[in-house]
Amino acid sequence: MEFNENLPIYIQIMNLLKSKIVSGEINEGDKLPSVRELSKQLKVNPNTIQRAYQELEREELVFTQRGMGTFVTEDVEMIKKLKKDMATNIVQEFLVKMKKLGFNSKEITEILSEWVEKEERE
Amino acid sequence: MKNIVEINGLTKNYFNKKALKDINLKIEEGKVVGILGPNGSGKTTLIKILTGLLRETKGEVFIDGHRVGVYTKSIVSYLPDRNFLYNWMTIRDAFEFFKDFYQDFDEEKFKDLLDFMKLKMDMKITTLSKGMHEKLNLSLVLSRNAKLYVLDEPIAGVDPVARDQILDAIINNYNRNSSMLITTHLVRDMENIFDEVVFLKEGEIALMGNAEALREERGKHIDDIYKEIFGE
Repeated sequence: MEFNENLPIYIQIMNLLKSKIVSGEINEGDKLPSVRELSKQLKVNPNTIQRAYQELEREELVFTQRGMGTFVTEDVEMIKKLKKDMATNIVQEFLVKMKKLGFNSKEITEILSEWVEKEERE
Repeated sequence: MKNIVEINGLTKNYFNKKALKDINLKIEEGKVVGILGPNGSGKTTLIKILTGLLRETKGEVFIDGHRVGVYTKSIVSYLPDRNFLYNWMTIRDAFEFFKDFYQDFDEEKFKDLLDFMKLKMDMKITTLSKGMHEKLNLSLVLSRNAKLYVLDEPIAGVDPVARDQILDAIINNYNRNSSMLITTHLVRDMENIFDEVVFLKEGEIALMGNAEALREERGKHIDDIYKEIFGE
């Protein structure tokens, strides 16, 4: 995996895992790969992976069981909330960019619904 | 945390030329440290002092609390930036050579690494490509259960597949009780495996710190910081 954003790697790994959790690629209660496994897979320093896991744990999205590994929270509401928060971020970012291009709210809504319809037809 | 390496006020002169100027550096146990700089910045001089191949002009160097000498050589595993095996050797000869030479050489670890690198014991050194050479040398060096691994340009001049295998082997070898010091100018390829980075410019430390903290603070990849420091 390439880490292209100008963010610390651990945050990019957190975001990667979060999108896997909300998209259902990783389910609630699932075991995450071990630090070493993920470190190999992503070719990233194990301490960086450890940091990403710690931060996810602080956000209560994952929990650690001694000797067993790290697991995704079983709290479905929490995952729903995360999904909503992530959507909000994307929408906000989109709106900022569109306004920068000079579109007003009405035009943005029009463009958006036009594309949603187009996507549905295809 | 314990320091594996401690360097205080290290200076190295070659006659009138100053290769290293007043270097101060500590490396903690369990850390992977990248020494970054272009050719001629002093990286190899620093490594040669740590491995006892050169003597410092001024300053002190401690490895695991000891001055560089017989003891430190027994706990430092060094990958030079050039080939160090004889042309008449097969891989098996090189393996026997290392096994005889280093008490901490782990046969099983070597055999696993050799498999991983897709190399065979009966291959002749002279028939190996550049990438295979680098993979063999690294396998030998990582098979020692050392406290400090010093890798000088481990991925220079190898193809992308070999490069990935080398990075994997380095990551697999990571453990909490030993440290790694890796020099490179291929920053983009290696920056994600470093805990700490040290930018060496004309024999002086231009910048050093935790890699993630630097990314956060500057909103940039380590590679971009490198270009900023060493670019025009």
